[in-house]
Amino acid sequence: MAERQYVKIFTRFERFWHWSQALLVLALLFTGARLHGLIGGMYWGQAFRLHLIAAGLIILLWIFAIFWHFTTGAWQHYIPTLRNLVPVIRYYAYGIFRGEAHPAKPTIHRKHNPLQRLSYLFLKLVINPAIWATGILYLTVNLTGLDLQTVAWLHVVSAYAMAIFVVIHVYMATTGDTPTAYVKAMTTGYEWVVVEEDAAGG
Amino acid sequence: MKHGDLSSALLDASRHVDVHMSPEGAGMVCVDCHVGNRHEWPGSRYHGTISDTSRQRPGMRNTDILACNSCHTSAPHEALSVKGSKLNDHIDRVACQTCHIPEFAKGGVATKTWWDWSTAGKLKDGKPYSEVDENGRDIYLTIKGDFRWGEDVVPEYEFWDGIVEYTLLGDKIDPSGIVGINRIGGGPDQPGSLIFPFKRMLGKQAYDEINQYLIQSNVYGPEGDTALWSNYNWDKALSAGMAGSDLPYSGKFGFVETEMWWPTTHMVAPANEALKCSACHARDGRLAKLAGFYLPGRDGFTLTDRIGLWLLAMTLAGVALHAGLRILSRRRDNREG
Repeated sequence: MAERQYVKIFTRFERFWHWSQALLVLALLFTGARLHGLIGGMYWGQAFRLHLIAAGLIILLWIFAIFWHFTTGAWQHYIPTLRNLVPVIRYYAYGIFRGEAHPAKPTIHRKHNPLQRLSYLFLKLVINPAIWATGILYLTVNLTGLDLQTVAWLHVVSAYAMAIFVVIHVYMATTGDTPTAYVKAMTTGYEWVVVEEDAAGG
Repeated sequence: MKHGDLSSALLDASRHVDVHMSPEGAGMVCVDCHVGNRHEWPGSRYHGTISDTSRQRPGMRNTDILACNSCHTSAPHEALSVKGSKLNDHIDRVACQTCHIPEFAKGGVATKTWWDWSTAGKLKDGKPYSEVDENGRDIYLTIKGDFRWGEDVVPEYEFWDGIVEYTLLGDKIDPSGIVGINRIGGGPDQPGSLIFPFKRMLGKQAYDEINQYLIQSNVYGPEGDTALWSNYNWDKALSAGMAGSDLPYSGKFGFVETEMWWPTTHMVAPANEALKCSACHARDGRLAKLAGFYLPGRDGFTLTDRIGLWLLAMTLAGVALHAGLRILSRRRDNREG
């Protein structure tokens, strides 16, 4: 097994992007649930204002993040792969209960395991754009003349998908060597990783 | 008294009662809006103008037409702010009056909300009498029947296209339900119909049970013994009243519950008293009963929400199960190890 070192794998921007996105997504989910009438606790107008502010900020953040991904080449971390996918799924479904080692240890050039790659790619290419596009269509429904109920429905469906992603993602964050290991890595940027590139490459 | 949005309270109104007519507000008088032109006066209850679509000229308005936007334009809220532009977005389906007249019958002058003619004619010691409530308002008069009153009344809301149709003498009615003295046109599927505030006046009126139409009575007249207000006899008053029409009268009368829709357009409140979003964007808000369109915050998606929340709950349950198994297996490993 290759040597493991405690090195920085998440850059400052990446961590800022992750945590501010987390905050904004939670704010959007809760204000959205208020706007949809699922929860109370706030005036509708207040929830609407916060929802719009958070939406504006997250779109700005996404624009920066997309730029960052392409200029740094970080987008390559999300190229889907089938290699090692089945062992990873098998690990979360079975091996994790037996105390087995994770079949995919992160390297500098391969920060995400195959399951992460697929789920983050789905988030970035399907859920995020769906929320973004339907949200803008919802806001501008008077200009476009689209059917309000249809646009609202699409936005709500995207929001449910996002909520389910958040639940799974937050739980998966506790499955490191210790329950807080991954959260700590995402906060400090440092993680035990394989520094020497293995034969499989990136 | 009848209108609810027009009363003596307007003569010296506070800003709260009427921001246009109040001396502390715009200090306007009736004819500032109701500008006559060759004996034609804009502002009709029978054929209402709910939106002025004539070409707007700054500082000028077409005197034949009278609507809020005749002066305020069709985009009166701050267009550069998100809130203002969103409020402007409402104007295609919501009348200005809906948000800006949260209550009518303001300023301590009540409006009559119920008039039951069927109880008219009762005598005390052979004489007509009256009863008043604690505010000194008539709640029973031998000559008119029972009244109910309302102050600071929350309007009823309906889609309206400006057209009002009246039930005329001789028009067939269905006495099994509430009979409309008038009916308002428009609906959620009709472009140009706006959600509009109304006073819904209720009461009971006489009708011909055989011919099934509303009938008129001889209310007042010093001569003869037929007038209701002279001898309090419905039989004679209705026979005499109908004898003055071309319509047959069976002689068999009853009283039917009636409703009348009065559009509310005066007693505009200052901007800071306008309705907030939550007044309508809520499950049990002011528009809870108004069907036929999607209102965010009031309407969910029953099936989609059920499936979405179910999937979310299943995800949480799955996560909890997975976490539980992890904890259990770790304990077992610790024991074995």
